[in-house]
Amino acid sequence: MWALKDKYAIAGIGYTDFTRNSGRTVRSLASEACIKACADAGVDIKDIDGIISFNFNDSAPAMGVATEMGIPQANYAVDFQSGGNAANLITLTATAAIEAGLAKNVLCYRAMNGRSGFRLGGGRDMNAYGVTQYTAPYGWITYPQAMAMWCRRYLNKYGPQADYFAEIAMTFRENAVLNERAMQRTPMSYDDYMNSRPIVDPFRMLDICLESDGACAVLITGADRAKDLKHKPVYIMGGAYGGGPNQGDDLFDTIRYPDQAHNALAYLKDDLWKSAGIGPGDVDVAQIYDCFTYSVLMALEGLGFAKEGEGGGFIMDGRIKRDGALPLNTAGGLLSEAYIHGFNHVIEAVEQLRGHAGARQIKDAEICLTTAGAMTTASAMILRN
Amino acid sequence: MSYNKPLPVPDPESAPYWEGAREGRLMIQRCASNGKYQFPPATFCQGQGLEKPEWVEVSGKGKVWSWIVVRHPVPKDIYASEVPYAVALITLDEGVRVTGNIIGIDVDDITADMPVKVAYRKVTDEITLPVYEPA
Repeated sequence: MWALKDKYAIAGIGYTDFTRNSGRTVRSLASEACIKACADAGVDIKDIDGIISFNFNDSAPAMGVATEMGIPQANYAVDFQSGGNAANLITLTATAAIEAGLAKNVLCYRAMNGRSGFRLGGGRDMNAYGVTQYTAPYGWITYPQAMAMWCRRYLNKYGPQADYFAEIAMTFRENAVLNERAMQRTPMSYDDYMNSRPIVDPFRMLDICLESDGACAVLITGADRAKDLKHKPVYIMGGAYGGGPNQGDDLFDTIRYPDQAHNALAYLKDDLWKSAGIGPGDVDVAQIYDCFTYSVLMALEGLGFAKEGEGGGFIMDGRIKRDGALPLNTAGGLLSEAYIHGFNHVIEAVEQLRGHAGARQIKDAEICLTTAGAMTTASAMILRN
Repeated sequence: MSYNKPLPVPDPESAPYWEGAREGRLMIQRCASNGKYQFPPATFCQGQGLEKPEWVEVSGKGKVWSWIVVRHPVPKDIYASEVPYAVALITLDEGVRVTGNIIGIDVDDITADMPVKVAYRKVTDEITLPVYEPA
């Protein structure tokens, strides 16, 4: 269990524009977000000695970004090969690295040309190696197709959910309308959702997240040091990473997973709450990894906000709207703000806890949950101000 | 016209599976010490140290565990003429989960736990894909 409650903080955040075609190298996006995170914190780039990222062979290595930024001594420059499940893992790893003395001030970023460059939504590999030999030859290739298999299992167990998915998609879009960073700011009606194109049953187009070019970065440092920097620190109160049995050969591989009606977050639940010393009822606002509308239900059930199969009922009646008991994805989420592989959720969490979220600010937000990943492995953090 | 969809690349662990399919037999690994079947094939029996599994021919009968219906083709030029098509996770009677298309039924009529049996789709001289049809 992660055991560094309140000892580390997010002291700075930075991000680029989120677009469909950046026209830039991924490295320059990463550097921009990282340089802005340093400036936001008021930390000199020369004082950065750690830099961590995650990628899908679609990003710029940490050492390249450290080079472009002119970091004189990057002692801990590490790249994780991982999906969105690592978006909170890298920040937790930064705390571990600092605790171990490997670095003092660590940048964490995710950068991608996810729309104009390497698209997670589709591939064209005619040679199916490894576990892919049992999936791709059947035309089971894209991430929406992977996640649809999970979703169908959930529907088999708990019945139709389309109205709940619509509520999630519409709520996040309402939030995005107020967010100048968001890529999708056109209001969405119930009919818009229901009439959106079927992509892969049970998913319609508006169940599926965006594809984006952009980068997000945060600067992690010790709580004592963070107190003397530019902004009120956002403390890392709790965190967990991992999953249960049969995580598979890769992110797509769910063949042996015990039951796709719940995801890895169900296995993290106990460690996450224990590490922070709080429970679901203490959370003021949450940024849930919404690669698909459906993933939100799995997160709420997995982490104990709702019982298994009851997530749909939980999110209705305005509960997840900005003035509800548990506002979710206040920037619009991966569905409507941008898909920076979940790292944009960390940015929004910090803005909410600083009280800097402008028109979308949640009143008295003190504790924010972030989750990352929606399949056989995941990570989560609890942040506080 | 040559076959234009992704093809399995058999490896030392999977070769008997694909050889079996070519001969119209569904071959699955079983661990002798505990009787458990495993798929995808691996070099070792899961959780049994260095014990190596044996290959056995299974019934090919099972039930639909979960499935998807692809409506929007990706990549478009390859799958445009195929949609809608169904891909499923099947739980075989032996208790192991396998993958395959579901054929021989309108995709809208597929249901959870529907009984299916294996069929074979020869796509090249080397590769035959196990698929599943209503039993």
